[in-house]
Amino acid sequence: MERTALKHKAGFWEVTKSLLSGLRLTWKHFTNAGKRRNPVPVMDKNYFNQPEGLVTLTYPYEAIPVPDNGRYRLHNEIDDCIVCDLCAKICPVNCITIESVKATEEIGMTSDGTKKRLYAPVFDIDMAKCCYCGLCTTVCPTDCLTMTPVYDFAEVDIKNMIYHFTDLSPEEAAEKKQLLQKQQEEMAAAKAAALAARKQQG
Amino acid sequence: MLAFVLTLVLLLGIVIVLAYAERKVAAFMQDRLGPTEAGPYGSLQSVLDVVKLLQKEDIIPAAADKKLFKLAPILIFAAVFAGFAVIPFAPELVPAGIGIGVFYLLAIISLDVVGLLMAGWGSNNKYAMLGAMRSVAQIVSYEIPAGLAILSVVMVCQSLDFQEISYQQGILLNRFSGLEFEQNWLFGIEALGIDTTKIGGITTWNIFRAPILLVAFVIYFIASLAESNRAPFDIPEAESELVAGFHVEYSGFRFAVLFLAEYSMMVLVSLVAVILFLGSWNTPLPNLTALKLANWTTGTIGGVSGILWGGFWLLSKTFVLLFLQLQIRWTYPRLRVDQLMHLCWKVLTPIALAVVLLAGIWRLLMI
Repeated sequence: MERTALKHKAGFWEVTKSLLSGLRLTWKHFTNAGKRRNPVPVMDKNYFNQPEGLVTLTYPYEAIPVPDNGRYRLHNEIDDCIVCDLCAKICPVNCITIESVKATEEIGMTSDGTKKRLYAPVFDIDMAKCCYCGLCTTVCPTDCLTMTPVYDFAEVDIKNMIYHFTDLSPEEAAEKKQLLQKQQEEMAAAKAAALAARKQQG
Repeated sequence: MLAFVLTLVLLLGIVIVLAYAERKVAAFMQDRLGPTEAGPYGSLQSVLDVVKLLQKEDIIPAAADKKLFKLAPILIFAAVFAGFAVIPFAPELVPAGIGIGVFYLLAIISLDVVGLLMAGWGSNNKYAMLGAMRSVAQIVSYEIPAGLAILSVVMVCQSLDFQEISYQQGILLNRFSGLEFEQNWLFGIEALGIDTTKIGGITTWNIFRAPILLVAFVIYFIASLAESNRAPFDIPEAESELVAGFHVEYSGFRFAVLFLAEYSMMVLVSLVAVILFLGSWNTPLPNLTALKLANWTTGTIGGVSGILWGGFWLLSKTFVLLFLQLQIRWTYPRLRVDQLMHLCWKVLTPIALAVVLLAGIWRLLMI
């Protein structure tokens, strides 16, 4: 049906028709109220193709799925992390804090076969500072740092926005530090002994 | 006293349903969901709203005219509620069956205007004052076409008694004392030779007995929208420009009373429209030779079935009109003040005058 603007003083029947078409429009929407828009993701080809039904999304109960490559909350799979510090270095807003402690021996393998030689007593990401650029996930050599589809993580206390990913308790971390120190002292002692032995020989 | 309590309870029930329906209908027409949290499908929302209002502090502005400010909501609600006294809910069921019900109703509803002006003036607030002035101007103006439309019904029915007007519009016509030998003819014209006294149903509604009353009904309906300050005639409230109009300074219980009065007014004007034009508590189903639909859906006068059928038909017709009021609110934009007055004085009033004349001529044909 072609729609044209109603002229001023269009006459009784034209105006009545116009008023009725207005009522018809709201009635159509009222009778379509049984239908709901499906919460399909934006990738779906029907996303822009749902002209009828209620558009309200009852958010906590339902949500539109986010795209796979969307950038939301970061997650670090610490078991796969080799504590290379690349993510902390590339972060433009310095929201990643990493402390590393050398292991005394090889501590295992990541799922892609890289050897782990470092402990991470501190691996903190401050999501309040994060600018969601995703650079850290690109540089991560073992793909352990990823963006998750979680976007609803507001907190009352801003301190709770700092996410701790370390798998070591402070005591364990202290222990590992001591072990490393002991090993280094032993190595230093061994070195000194070897040096002394060589001097004696020479 | 019993009638007072029953009517008040019934009215509160209808208003609570209406307030919920208003929000749901608005939401559905705008492709939203409306209230969903309180109760199943949000059905307890308006009950909660009332409870919330009752808990709120009753603030009286320091600069307000305290006596007027306090009295106004009570006066407004009393004026509207008093109108329900003469509304017949079923055959032989009317709170106060006085012979001049129509006249009384028009008179008592006009008192509403005084309350509005008291509220607006007493608030000592520019928005309240402007809202009250607009409201009074609008109500006083639109009472004229509404009154003329009602006058044409009164002329056709030859009665000021709501109950008598109700009996005339159905198969119970001859059961009303004084109408024992009356007869209904199709379109009210005996010359057509179709006796509808025993057919009843929609054929004996006033808009069919005298088709000119269909025009009167449209006029009355438009005017009643204006009288209850409903969109598209809601310039007295005009959220976007006057905040809330005359009740901007009210809070808590007093606001609840004003809100109640406003919705009661909607219910009352719809009830009056149904009684005067759409067959009152009479069934819309006619008797068709073997199928005595009208008899089956009328019940016995004075019995429980009569009261239930009467109440059912009256209220369902009223709710259809109320739904139309809601739909109109969410369809049409607000009229400007000059357009409002143009519509009233230059369009509705002349047409209503012509309808009164034609209704008189029709009545002559009906004898």
